[in-house]
Amino acid sequence: MGMTISQKILAYHAGKEHVDAGELVNCRVDVVLGNDITSPVAIEEFARLGTGEVFDQERIVLVPDHFAPNKDIKSAEQAKVVRSFARQYGITNYFEVGQMGIEHCLLPEQGLALPGDLIIGADSHTCTYGALGAFATGVGSTDMAAAMATGEAWFKIPESLKFVYYGKLPRWVSGKDLILHTIGDIGVDGARYMSMEFTGEVIQNLSMDNRLTMANMAIEAGGKNGIIEPDDITLSYVKERAQRPYNLYKSDPDAVYAEIREYDVSKMEPVVAFPHLPENTRPVSEAAGVSIDQVIIGSCTNGRIEDLEIAASLLKGKKVHPEIRVIIFPGTQQIYLEAMRKGYIETFIEAGAAVSTPTCGPCLGGHMGILAKGERALATTNRNFVGRMGHPESEVYLSSPAVAAASAITGKITPPWEIA
Amino acid sequence: MKFTGQVYKFGADIDTDAIIPARYLNTTDPAELAKHCMEDADPTFPAKVKTGDIIVADKNFGCGSSREHAPIAIKGAGVACVIATSFARIFYRNSINIGLPILECDQAYKAINEGDQVEVDLESGQITNLRTGDTYQAVPFPGFMQDIMAQGGLINYVRHKTSQ
Ligand code: SF4
Repeated sequence: MGMTISQKILAYHAGKEHVDAGELVNCRVDVVLGNDITSPVAIEEFARLGTGEVFDQERIVLVPDHFAPNKDIKSAEQAKVVRSFARQYGITNYFEVGQMGIEHCLLPEQGLALPGDLIIGADSHTCTYGALGAFATGVGSTDMAAAMATGEAWFKIPESLKFVYYGKLPRWVSGKDLILHTIGDIGVDGARYMSMEFTGEVIQNLSMDNRLTMANMAIEAGGKNGIIEPDDITLSYVKERAQRPYNLYKSDPDAVYAEIREYDVSKMEPVVAFPHLPENTRPVSEAAGVSIDQVIIGSCTNGRIEDLEIAASLLKGKKVHPEIRVIIFPGTQQIYLEAMRKGYIETFIEAGAAVSTPTCGPCLGGHMGILAKGERALATTNRNFVGRMGHPESEVYLSSPAVAAASAITGKITPPWEIA
Repeated sequence: MKFTGQVYKFGADIDTDAIIPARYLNTTDPAELAKHCMEDADPTFPAKVKTGDIIVADKNFGCGSSREHAPIAIKGAGVACVIATSFARIFYRNSINIGLPILECDQAYKAINEGDQVEVDLESGQITNLRTGDTYQAVPFPGFMQDIMAQGGLINYVRHKTSQ
């Protein structure tokens, strides 16, 4: 019986020829990731382990991004714990404020996540790196601590769901819309404990930025990981970034899937997720007219250069609606620089948007754009749970950057074709 | 491991932001986190929960972020066990890793009411409703995870393994 790409990567890292779904295996991991919220807990647990050393100084990645630049004294203390640990143990991939970015934008960009890798991160959106053909999954701080010491983690071999996208992708429909549509179809626990494999002609023609957006939201369907088989688009992305060897895996033709779902994208519209679950999706034309107080463009889902490019193309020469706040978060310093060179930052500021240094910021209700009671935001982020962006009685709608930018101009949810 | 406690009931898809909102994640102290446990799902919960109480919830409990602060807040609040129709994957893993007992049982969710006294036997997976006398069977933890639980969580388990 054949194996899926996810199973093959796990088998390789467990030192096995073959694995079956449901099997428990102990694996060597290539990268262990933590941020300023999850690492302090892991560092405490690591100390309790008492090994006195990390498994590999170059394979641990620490990114203070959630409450950084430090939003208050407690956050500063937490960031300090991470910084001190990085210095003490000689962690080479520690990213200080001036070099940092949102972790899941940063790792692929820096060539730290590569095809065929097994990556665990104490952050649920670690699944983003599946876009590169890696097996990447979120874990908790205790798993992170144990892996920092041993370089290993245990896994249950997952079953896989296969999603096949075919047809001609309409203008304005992006990777974000495909993944929101999929979550709307299967629900927020539709892929619980399972791998989500994205495939088909639409995916084969999708840019790396859009693929990263799709894999990013696998967790929003309860998935263990999201994954896309590496191809030429993957290779041209990783070639100039990789500083170590990597492996290309593909699912066997006779791999077994728990289910295969096919979507014809030809008639699809951009998708909006209504409060308070990412599964509450509707086509943008059915969401049109909902008034908003704030627009957020950024996050590990949509804070990459193509996201900013499409937002800039809509905002160019226009003004944001006077009654709303628009805040734009480039995902990393490099993305920020590139957006500056291409004139996008100027476009945003001239349009009346605020542009922030890279940070998770309001995506998790941290800082830099918190909502008051009764306020409503349209965000390119990935979660719209109760209280996610501020007051428990505020609301978050999720969309692509194109819908967010169009809506920024009108002050209500707006299909992009009405602006362009 | 056996325990008895009073039930607080919650619905489906209780996410980690409801269990412990991100605005409180600037600390790792279980007692501090416990003060806001389940706050966005039920603002009165932190004040009324007592040591030994049991949470019963519907499907996909703990969905969302990987924050271990979520099971830590629940454990810190004194909750002895969480019984749900199903758990989100990372929450499930984290609970085992920090030693918060959890059980998946659809039947228990349907039959147990808020305020019921229930008895839980973690090893066998048997849940007894002391109000009605009914019992519900959950699948007990797989062996691998029972070992981790028996050692009091993953850290002790790894310590034990590396000292051998
Ligand atoms: S941008 Fe949002 S979803 Fe992504 S890592 Fe930061 S807080 Fe999490």
